[in-house]
Amino acid sequence: MHKNSGKKENILRNSAFQTIIASLLCIVLGLFVGYIVLLIINPAGAGEAIVAIMKNFLYYPSAAAATKYLGTTLVKASALLMCSLSVLFAYKVGLFNIGAAGQYVVGVGACLYFALRFNMPWYVCLIAAIVTAALVGGISGALKAYFNVNEVISCIMLNWIGLYSVNMLLSQVKEQSTPYTKALASANKSALLPNLGLDQIFSKNEFVPLGLPLAVVMALAVWVLLEKTKFGYELKATGMNKQAAKYCGMREKRNIILTMMIAGGLAGFGAGIFYLTGIEQWMVQQTAVPAMGFNGIAAAFLGGLNPIGTVFSSYFIQHITSGGTYVDKTMYCTQISDLISAFIIYLCGFVLFFRLWLNRFLDKRDEKSGRNGQKGGKA
Amino acid sequence: MLLLIQYTLIFASVLVLVALGGCFSEHSGVVNIGLEGIMVIGALGGALMMKYVPAGLAAPVVILLVILSSVLIGMLFSLLLGVAAIRFKADQTLVGTALNLLGPAAAVVLVRAINTAESVDNVSSTVAYGTAKKAFIVNIGRFEFNWFMVIALLLLAVSYIVLYKTRFGLRLCACGEHPQAADSVGINVYKMRYAGVLISGALGGLGGLVYITAGVSEWKFENGVAGFGFLALAVMIFGQWRPVNIGLAALLFGLFRALSNVYTGFDALVALKLPSTIYNMLPYIISLIVLVFVSGKSRAPKAEGIPYDKGQR
Repeated sequence: MHKNSGKKENILRNSAFQTIIASLLCIVLGLFVGYIVLLIINPAGAGEAIVAIMKNFLYYPSAAAATKYLGTTLVKASALLMCSLSVLFAYKVGLFNIGAAGQYVVGVGACLYFALRFNMPWYVCLIAAIVTAALVGGISGALKAYFNVNEVISCIMLNWIGLYSVNMLLSQVKEQSTPYTKALASANKSALLPNLGLDQIFSKNEFVPLGLPLAVVMALAVWVLLEKTKFGYELKATGMNKQAAKYCGMREKRNIILTMMIAGGLAGFGAGIFYLTGIEQWMVQQTAVPAMGFNGIAAAFLGGLNPIGTVFSSYFIQHITSGGTYVDKTMYCTQISDLISAFIIYLCGFVLFFRLWLNRFLDKRDEKSGRNGQKGGKA
Repeated sequence: MLLLIQYTLIFASVLVLVALGGCFSEHSGVVNIGLEGIMVIGALGGALMMKYVPAGLAAPVVILLVILSSVLIGMLFSLLLGVAAIRFKADQTLVGTALNLLGPAAAVVLVRAINTAESVDNVSSTVAYGTAKKAFIVNIGRFEFNWFMVIALLLLAVSYIVLYKTRFGLRLCACGEHPQAADSVGINVYKMRYAGVLISGALGGLGGLVYITAGVSEWKFENGVAGFGFLALAVMIFGQWRPVNIGLAALLFGLFRALSNVYTGFDALVALKLPSTIYNMLPYIISLIVLVFVSGKSRAPKAEGIPYDKGQR
């Protein structure tokens, strides 16, 4: 019976294929809603604006400029990828790491402080970022493991605590006249990530460094860790059923803490590879946690909670976020991209239902064709 | 000192309202992480109403109109969570987070669109509502009395009665504890959960309105509500999902939040020479510590966060 059913059905039943379809649907619907919002605000330029968001760096007519800004988008996307890996890793273990944003902030604080205060080389700064962010993640994990504190709430509290602490810390290494931290290029060149000639590919965009390939390697590493190792299996088992994991002799408390530490470390790594390029300086009067960590949630779910999928979804989210800066500002504001990505996250909530519905639909069709087949056989 | 009491009361009112919202939603079985976003959208509804309300109206009418618009818009926005979580069985944490991102983004886009439409050079995300706001405030000596304080207290009492003394409230709680059992005696679990989410939307929206009118006469929507939705969730957990305890918890949290506004007025605190950032962090640090002590023996509704599936046993 099953051998007879066509190839098309097999591919529709494939869970990876379903995920990709669902993600693409989310993207299309998200962009569509964005377009509707633009239409409501001002019908005159809506078409142009949504095209600008989707074109992003292609906005520049010259190929050299376009590749340069492709580089910038990629650098931001690699930081976003790390944040989304952080969210994904925790989610696979049954924890919702909304604290990626705060861990990212703490990572920024640590790497810039080590770079500007202690004049450390880049690898030390990067390690500092990872370790500090991992510790902050570990706090949430420990609170969850030992005191049953909901990790979402403790993460949010730590986001704010982290933001204020980092502002306080980095005030010591800021420029005299501006609220921004000192530029790495002038204050401590050794802290800049080496770019291995990658800048040549992207029209001498000196901000494109080592971080880019490293982020992709990390995505692969996370996939291997989760899918191919005993440790990853234990973590996932703990996430699915804490009691059962304990019964099987796994140390469930240690696993929860380690998960949050790894998640934090990933976010901190993202902070390091972004801020150690010198592409941006930290503004010490910031009153909101940077969107990077929250967009990471969007990217993680849009990527179907698959590390390889998030490579693409992170790029997409960053692509439209950067694209938002090219809309006609006399009519619209750049936050329209945030609205679109927020809506995409919302739609991701429906993915499970979509797959259920699709499978039920396929079952019905199979049943029907099966009945027809039997009839045919009799006749 | 008077200022401290005033700020404590107003911040406590915000926290009470929003935490009660969370309480209703969770008692019905839906975790509402999206309160932060609901607050922003509700605040936006109120702010726009205050901006556009005709100047000549009597104070009670203004109050009623503004509150109604906040409440209705908050409810409408919370439906996004309701539909996804109840009808489509979506992950409630994920959808709540989406609401938190959606709220501020939508508010900024909308406010900027309005501001730019008024004048092309105006790219701020601020809504000014100075004149209409005065309707809410009565000065008693130097104490700036705000009608919201009374409203919060009233709603606290009403919530207590509704949750524990009415058929509706007890049924609501049943849906959060054991929805299958509730269904077996003829309670429509889906309806009850929608009711819980809608109430949380109404209270969350109102809380957002109170937040933006506390102290300031205009609001920049880029700032959102600075984690108040989450503080309210901490208040709710600290209050162990019971209205009266929530009220007391809100007072405590309100006090710490108010300290960051007015600590300069106390010689003893200024003498400590702590940077002001410490006071900004204080509410969050306190809530973490409090959570450590109360989360162990949690009295959370048993079935919260689990989508109700009729076919499941």
